[in-house]
Amino acid sequence: MSQFAINILFVGASFALYIGIAIWAKVGSTKDFYVAGGGIHPITNGMAIGADWMSAASFISMAGLIAAGGYANSTFLMGWTGGYVLLATLLAPYLRKFGKFTVPEFIGDRFYSKPARMVAVICLIVASVTYVIGQMAGAGVAFSRFLEVDATTGLIIAAVVIFFYSVLGGMKGITYTQVAQYIVLIIAYTIPAIFISLELTDNPIPPLGLFSTHSESGVPLLAKLNEVVTALGFNEYTADVDNKLNMVLFTLSLMIGTAGLPHVIIRFFTVPKVADARWSAGWALVFIALLYLTAPAVASMARLNIATTVYPEMASQVEDVEQATANPILYEDRPNWIRTWEETGLIQYEDKNGDGRIQLYNDSDSFASTAEQRGWEGNELSVNNDILVLANPEIANLPGWVIGLIAAGGLAAALSTAAGLLLAISSAISHDLIKGAINPRITEKGELLAARISMSVAIIVATYLGANPPGFAAQVVALAFGIAAASLFPALMMGIFSKRVNNTGAITGMLTGLIFTLVYIFIYKGWFFIPGTNNLPDTAEHWVLGISPLSIGAVGAIINFAMAFTISRMTAEPPQEIQDLVESVRYPKGAGTATGH
Amino acid sequence: MADKKSNAEAYWAANIRLIAGCLVVWALVSYGCAILLRPLLASIPIGGTDLGFWFAQQGSILTFIGIIFFYVWKMNRLDKQFGLEE
Repeated sequence: MSQFAINILFVGASFALYIGIAIWAKVGSTKDFYVAGGGIHPITNGMAIGADWMSAASFISMAGLIAAGGYANSTFLMGWTGGYVLLATLLAPYLRKFGKFTVPEFIGDRFYSKPARMVAVICLIVASVTYVIGQMAGAGVAFSRFLEVDATTGLIIAAVVIFFYSVLGGMKGITYTQVAQYIVLIIAYTIPAIFISLELTDNPIPPLGLFSTHSESGVPLLAKLNEVVTALGFNEYTADVDNKLNMVLFTLSLMIGTAGLPHVIIRFFTVPKVADARWSAGWALVFIALLYLTAPAVASMARLNIATTVYPEMASQVEDVEQATANPILYEDRPNWIRTWEETGLIQYEDKNGDGRIQLYNDSDSFASTAEQRGWEGNELSVNNDILVLANPEIANLPGWVIGLIAAGGLAAALSTAAGLLLAISSAISHDLIKGAINPRITEKGELLAARISMSVAIIVATYLGANPPGFAAQVVALAFGIAAASLFPALMMGIFSKRVNNTGAITGMLTGLIFTLVYIFIYKGWFFIPGTNNLPDTAEHWVLGISPLSIGAVGAIINFAMAFTISRMTAEPPQEIQDLVESVRYPKGAGTATGH
Repeated sequence: MADKKSNAEAYWAANIRLIAGCLVVWALVSYGCAILLRPLLASIPIGGTDLGFWFAQQGSILTFIGIIFFYVWKMNRLDKQFGLEE
């Protein structure tokens, strides 16, 4: 069977499974549509959160980011998992106790204010729409590489599949497809990693292999990697970072952004009890960690594999690094996986000095003299970070079915996150905007129809934007996490942990946090991400105190907290029934007991 | 009535203490061991690098899991102890 047929088989089978689940999980009420009827088991929910959370960015891009940045990019690993500690202790159980359908609804009720609810709706929609564009674009890449259809056709196929299970099945359909998608994506991610770890270190468990001895050279894997990358003019892989303030703030922004993202929070509304919401967070992190503990191993092993493919002498024990890196392989002798990926344009080769060999090194000043001595005229091989995971099975010479599995896994990661985001968007529109503001008297049936229509519109918009991504699609991390960190997370947390924060305080806090964060991002990334409109170049020496626009969400959150507390102190305290509401979300048992009435 | 009220307040105070403890550990492993204190841990070698690197790429995530399950276990006990479980 050809590779193409195998890929079609794997992706087709997984899609058939998702559609089957959709038909089985058809819903008839808004409660089913928004929160899957509220009867999901915490382990099931943990798995669904895993798929909901792990997007195309986690599955496809993260290992590449770590491979390129080494220790410095550990921020993604800690940031995207540490948020679950915040969810488990600060948000999820109480929001579950509140027992409503959406995140803006809590903000609106707790701060007894429609404008607060609308600010939350806007934050939710902007954060989620930016995020969903990335998923659709990721699905497009997977389709074009593995199924040889163009990205737009691929996107439309993906949209039809999402349409089936999310419009028909709402949260219920999404929950069970996410469970299936989790299983597909975790198998697809770990199998190639296990084989690569075995090949390089004889240890079948990648997170242990990462700290084991590199079999071929007999030195520890990371020491070998450091030796190879420094020989090519790069920084040591494990090198420490000078700008610790920025590293701390970036990690913090990712953590509180994770905890504040609505599509993750609403998954906690689907379990029967408060205790189940806590359990869900624990199980979710276990399932997420299976991938996140493997990713750094994939990253360093793939980086080493690529370097030793080009400089085969570097793979064994090296006496003289100078000599071992002097003769890279001939372009003609390149392995098949480089050929395959060259066709997609994600690996590019240009023979700058015309010697027919592949020179892969860092074009930095410190390496310039060595390069000149050797007659090298620039780095000749550019490898897109996004291919590391997708190309893993080919790099490790694994059989064709593993490649088919990776294709299905990449699509599962993109589709599961897209569906979760689309549900968050459509429930904000039908429940918060239409029922909450425009037409409060809408019937249950009418609202369900509105939810389905807004879901359909959201899918069409997301597909269009995925096919024609606006220039800012790449800035998704800064924008989505910045907004969630600076506006939603502080408002939710204060709503639970402070009885004193009132409507004026919360709205001022959310708006100042949000505007501060957006302005800081726009100053460096361009106003509304329009190229050329940035006021300052986006480089470290121009950042205030060395804080990058990606890390500013944490500062925005601090400003939000400070403003909300100050303004609330200066204005009237919330009415008694609101203070009672805060009491009631704090205790798993009914509100009556808690307030003593 | 007053008893119920003070019972609930004691429950909430216990929860806040527990959260504070959990978040101290949370910050210590990630911002502490993995980032700020890494130079101090540089002398502890592990698999070709140092303990700080291990915390950044493995240890902090493993600790996060431990923190959440510990919190869940403790809270479920507190719920029962104060008679506030569902």
